[in-house]
Amino acid sequence: MPLEDFNPTTDSTGSTDSTIKIMNYKSAPLDYKIIYDIVEPESRVLDLGCGSGALMQLLVEGKHAKAQGIEIDEEQIYQCVEKGLSVFHGDIDSGLSEYPDKCFDYVILNQSMQQARKASFIISEALRVGKKVIVGFPNFVHLTARIQMALKGRTPITPSLPYRWYNTPNLHFLSINDFKDFCKEEGIHIDSSYYLGKRMAILFFPNLFAFNAVFVISRSRKN
Amino acid sequence: MEKKLGIIQTQSIVFNEPVKLECGKSLPGVTVAYEAYGALDKERGNAILVAHAFSGDAHAAGFHQGEDKPGWWDDLIGPGKALDTDKYFVICSNVIGGCKGSTGPSSINPVTGKPYGLDFPSVTIGDMVNVQKKLIDRLGIKKLLAVIGGSMGGMQVLQWAVDHPQMLKSAIPIATALKHSPQQIAFDEVGRQAVMADPDWRGGNYYDSGQPAKGLSVARMLGHITYMSDKSMEEKFSRKLKDDKYAFNFTAPDFEVEGYLRYRGDSFVKRFDANSYLYITKAMDYFELLPQDFLREDIKIDTRFLVIAFKSDWLYPAYQSQEIAKLLKIKGADATYCEINSTYGHDAFLLEVEEETRLIKHFLEKTYKTV
Repeated sequence: MPLEDFNPTTDSTGSTDSTIKIMNYKSAPLDYKIIYDIVEPESRVLDLGCGSGALMQLLVEGKHAKAQGIEIDEEQIYQCVEKGLSVFHGDIDSGLSEYPDKCFDYVILNQSMQQARKASFIISEALRVGKKVIVGFPNFVHLTARIQMALKGRTPITPSLPYRWYNTPNLHFLSINDFKDFCKEEGIHIDSSYYLGKRMAILFFPNLFAFNAVFVISRSRKN
Repeated sequence: MEKKLGIIQTQSIVFNEPVKLECGKSLPGVTVAYEAYGALDKERGNAILVAHAFSGDAHAAGFHQGEDKPGWWDDLIGPGKALDTDKYFVICSNVIGGCKGSTGPSSINPVTGKPYGLDFPSVTIGDMVNVQKKLIDRLGIKKLLAVIGGSMGGMQVLQWAVDHPQMLKSAIPIATALKHSPQQIAFDEVGRQAVMADPDWRGGNYYDSGQPAKGLSVARMLGHITYMSDKSMEEKFSRKLKDDKYAFNFTAPDFEVEGYLRYRGDSFVKRFDANSYLYITKAMDYFELLPQDFLREDIKIDTRFLVIAFKSDWLYPAYQSQEIAKLLKIKGADATYCEINSTYGHDAFLLEVEEETRLIKHFLEKTYKTV
């Protein structure tokens, strides 16, 4: 897997959108590349909090995925439609109930789960409508965050958590270990996990050194 | 230089065969008034049908000879516009039951040689679509690139998706609903009662004596209130007065909003047949699409959908468009839903040109590419 500089994808908040309007695999941020490599060709994909649709576009063009997005921000809807993508304007907290079970191969929650009100409900809904769920989220307890909290006594600001306390769209703050615990408690199977540093994948002590994580999760058959 | 559509003429086609209607009766034949813009390509794959709203007509774009007002959706139809007539062949026809060239209650009943009046059979949105289908067949079009319309036009779009899904590459229902709600029926009923309470209505036989002007005008005034929003009325009129002071009587309008409604009511009487008002509002009230009829599973359907609603629209509230979006999710259709943040109320579908253009233009381009 080619590893390049990690750019936090603040897609769902729109701040870096115009720069990734025409994106190919090479210029895509690391988390997009990881997700791109996970998704099988011709898959049915639901992208929750799809932003301007950059990731969906990548999947549609490169993997011939049949992609559908859900996005709350009106301006981002226009940008999705301009890319020829299909998207529902609405919040992901209530947007999944109509979908039949397992009607998607993948449900993607990249950088959107921590911004949704009912995170655990959304994950269980995503697991209901998707065979596999890809969850990408910022790790709240990266070493630099710990230093800022422990030594400086400040709410951490890191490359994957670039916001101040008063303007963050994030509602939930979790670590990689928190998410693993959550999956264990909920009986969710972790198919694979990927840890992202600033410039490369993190192989050791991800809970300390990874800025972001991408998990592929599923419900084991007996559930 | 901005290119223009130029002078447009309404055309008409006569179908001399009987047309069976949902009510059980039939019409011995129908005339359909329509306009067309742009050119049909060799493969006949670039045709878009525009369905008009309640009081609309076939004149959707361009100018009629000697008129200074363009068609009702000229902002969206024309060279380089959302419905780009350099690329697409755009058709708009007057609904049956109407009064702008297509057969309706003011047309001559071949049996009596006089206007039908209330002898005109009841028509439904399904009947309107049935006649549009005849027109599309006659024009030699097998598959439409899109059917698009707002309000009652959106109902026709949804009806097309139910009746002829295999003929649609895409469907764009705007500010509409799967069924008329009790509130929508109620407003229509008040309008109808206003028309019928006018002694000049004469049981529908007023064609020699003149329109029930008062009743029809009141009905239209009510309609216009429902097309705006509290905010758009505040912005447009506030409490502005026609003169500097109150008149302290009931004859002249004190407030600008009163003057506006009276003007709208009066001009409506000049252009719209009172019986058509009754028939078409009834057609809307009868409108109800059942989820099981929508995108049936036994036929392969690849219609793409673009559903548009407006935040301040309280006549066709966004929740009704969300119901359409939900149904499309259940059916696994390729669909986009957008709720445009507009303050114009229901009128927004005629006014939010920039936002609608952004959505419709690109949606059509994508659909056209995949033809």
